[in-house]
Amino acid sequence: MFELIGVPPQALFGQLLLGLINGAFYALLSLGLAVIFGMLNVINFAHGAQYMMGAFGAWMLLQYVGIPYWGALLVVPVIIGATGIILERLLLARLYHLDHLYGLLLTFGLALIFEGLFRKQYGSSGLPYANPIPGGTNLGFMFLPWYRGWVVLISIVVCLATWFMIEKTKLGSYLRAATENPTLVRAFGINVPRMMTLTYGFGVGLAALAGVLAAPIYSVNPIMGSNLIIVVFAVVVIGGMGSIMGSIVTGFGLGVIEGLTKVFYPEASNTVIFIIMAIVLMLRPAGLFGTPR
Amino acid sequence: MRLKTLALAAAAAVAATPAMAQYSNDTIKIGVMNDQSGLYADLSGQGSVWAARRAVADFCKTTKCHDKIEIVFADHQNKPDIGSTTVRQWFDVDNVDVVVDVPTSSVALAVNNITKEKNKVFLVSGAAASDLTGKACTPNTVHWTYDTWALANGTGNAVVKTGGDTWFFLTADYAFGHALERDTAAVVEKSGGKVVGRVRHPFPGQDFSSFLLQAQSSKAKIIGLANAGSDTTNSIKQAAEFGIVQGGQKLAGLLVFITDVHALSLKVAQGLILTEAWYWDQTDANRAFSAEFEKANKGNKPTMVQAGVYSAVYHYLKAVHELKSDADGAAVVAKMKSMPTEDALFGKGQIRADGRKIHDMYLYEVKSPAESKGPWDYYKLRATIPAAEAFRPLDQGDCPLVKK
Repeated sequence: MFELIGVPPQALFGQLLLGLINGAFYALLSLGLAVIFGMLNVINFAHGAQYMMGAFGAWMLLQYVGIPYWGALLVVPVIIGATGIILERLLLARLYHLDHLYGLLLTFGLALIFEGLFRKQYGSSGLPYANPIPGGTNLGFMFLPWYRGWVVLISIVVCLATWFMIEKTKLGSYLRAATENPTLVRAFGINVPRMMTLTYGFGVGLAALAGVLAAPIYSVNPIMGSNLIIVVFAVVVIGGMGSIMGSIVTGFGLGVIEGLTKVFYPEASNTVIFIIMAIVLMLRPAGLFGTPR
Repeated sequence: MRLKTLALAAAAAVAATPAMAQYSNDTIKIGVMNDQSGLYADLSGQGSVWAARRAVADFCKTTKCHDKIEIVFADHQNKPDIGSTTVRQWFDVDNVDVVVDVPTSSVALAVNNITKEKNKVFLVSGAAASDLTGKACTPNTVHWTYDTWALANGTGNAVVKTGGDTWFFLTADYAFGHALERDTAAVVEKSGGKVVGRVRHPFPGQDFSSFLLQAQSSKAKIIGLANAGSDTTNSIKQAAEFGIVQGGQKLAGLLVFITDVHALSLKVAQGLILTEAWYWDQTDANRAFSAEFEKANKGNKPTMVQAGVYSAVYHYLKAVHELKSDADGAAVVAKMKSMPTEDALFGKGQIRADGRKIHDMYLYEVKSPAESKGPWDYYKLRATIPAAEAFRPLDQGDCPLVKK
């Protein structure tokens, strides 16, 4: 087979697959952000902290209650999602009539508080969490750990299900209508504030799910979210704020591009996404899949 | 007669001034600067501040000390610009006399320059780059606990001796990673090994699988991790996941702290070979210190960095009290170099002309879960590297302070 700029195809396929795996995390996280922004017009800066809380949630369940990974996968998103609902009711809901900036500042402040509390309690060097499905298979061009395969699979399923729910079901149509014109939708007897609360809870639950998925492969520490969240914001901006399909496709796509950068010029691997963001903003200010508002 | 007395008194006063005890601002002010919130916060952070306070308390128990000794601390967030601004503020406005700890070599190198410019004192415990006592050495800096040369010399040598003669480096892309890679590559090549490749990852990183895959395809026997903190733990965790160790390649963690082993758990970390300057379970004095430390620091054991802060501050106080002045930074460091060091944690040692503190280093192996008696019982001693061999020979560092 051919060689591409000095890189053998085996290595290239390997890196493409790894990029897809990282993209799975980007997609899950940016999906949550897109759902929240699309429905609530809130830029949820606490998303990274809620992802971190998901990972810690998995660790705590195992440590204190003895619930293993598979249980955590179901329980943690519900618990963290519930904390999101409480936050929305107590704080966020009071800011809807103000500028976007207030929601952003509030959630940013909350993120710092959450991270600070976890750091105070658990320190910064991280906690161990065992891999629930060790081992893997040799694909010929690379060794694919079962767990990574599982991450990609569940992430694609969750992403598509979310997209389907919002774009193709009756519930989704209510949601979209409530975003367009909340007053009118309320006039039809639909409880819009409750819908918004549940949407926020759902977005936070997605972040927590990504956190549980991350616990066995990344070290579980309080700053794991802030490392990732900036990249995820760039993904959302590139995909188009609020666009569900946009965030899914860009999440996976940018994961792959980042993976390739790691082969050709590793030093630039954490800036490449921002370079793309700058270019996209210049050419299409509403993002690749966004519609100008 | 009266005039004469007055003149005498005035002359006496003038003459007496320089000889009198002169602490700048009448306070010995110690500034502990490190990572208080990021990936190095557990290995330095508040633990180092505690260790500095403890050194002051212990020193004042045995010696009549100056009544105003103050400790301040700050978070440099691992960013050289933040570190520089803080240190300038400390020196210019807050009358800080000595800066201690400063992990993250890029920050330490910046502080190193400012300290010289302002003629203060810099006691490095957290940072590793051996350049601090090499090309960048100054008469105001002492590098206390460990450095990249010592790590490379300890771990690198041990690994090459057991047959690991081809290396691939996974390097954190900043001053520390580069220095550690350079010093280790030198050791590997000197002992007949070969470096077959390297990849530099962004700092701090999160996903290392891509780099690990490149290391895997290099077919090197050893993958040298020239990084630290959660970068190292993430690399090791993901290497296990991708079956790199089962595939026959070995990992060499060139800088692994006990807090990293704790974060990894013994199941993942067992068998790692690492070099440390200090381990809590080594002597009775260490155990006593650690027991106190544990109570004040959420049950964690101290790292060598935190122990080094204790030892460095202790020796600094000795020198300053001997001089009865902390005003001239270079003079204080010269005094520190002229006195042998001795304290409860690091025992006897000395500071060389280039600012390198000399003591034994230890090569440890991480225990298996079966060997460990409980939490924090992690290391078994493989070898003691005597002080004379543990650090880079004085004439090889290109330090301008060393006369050739």
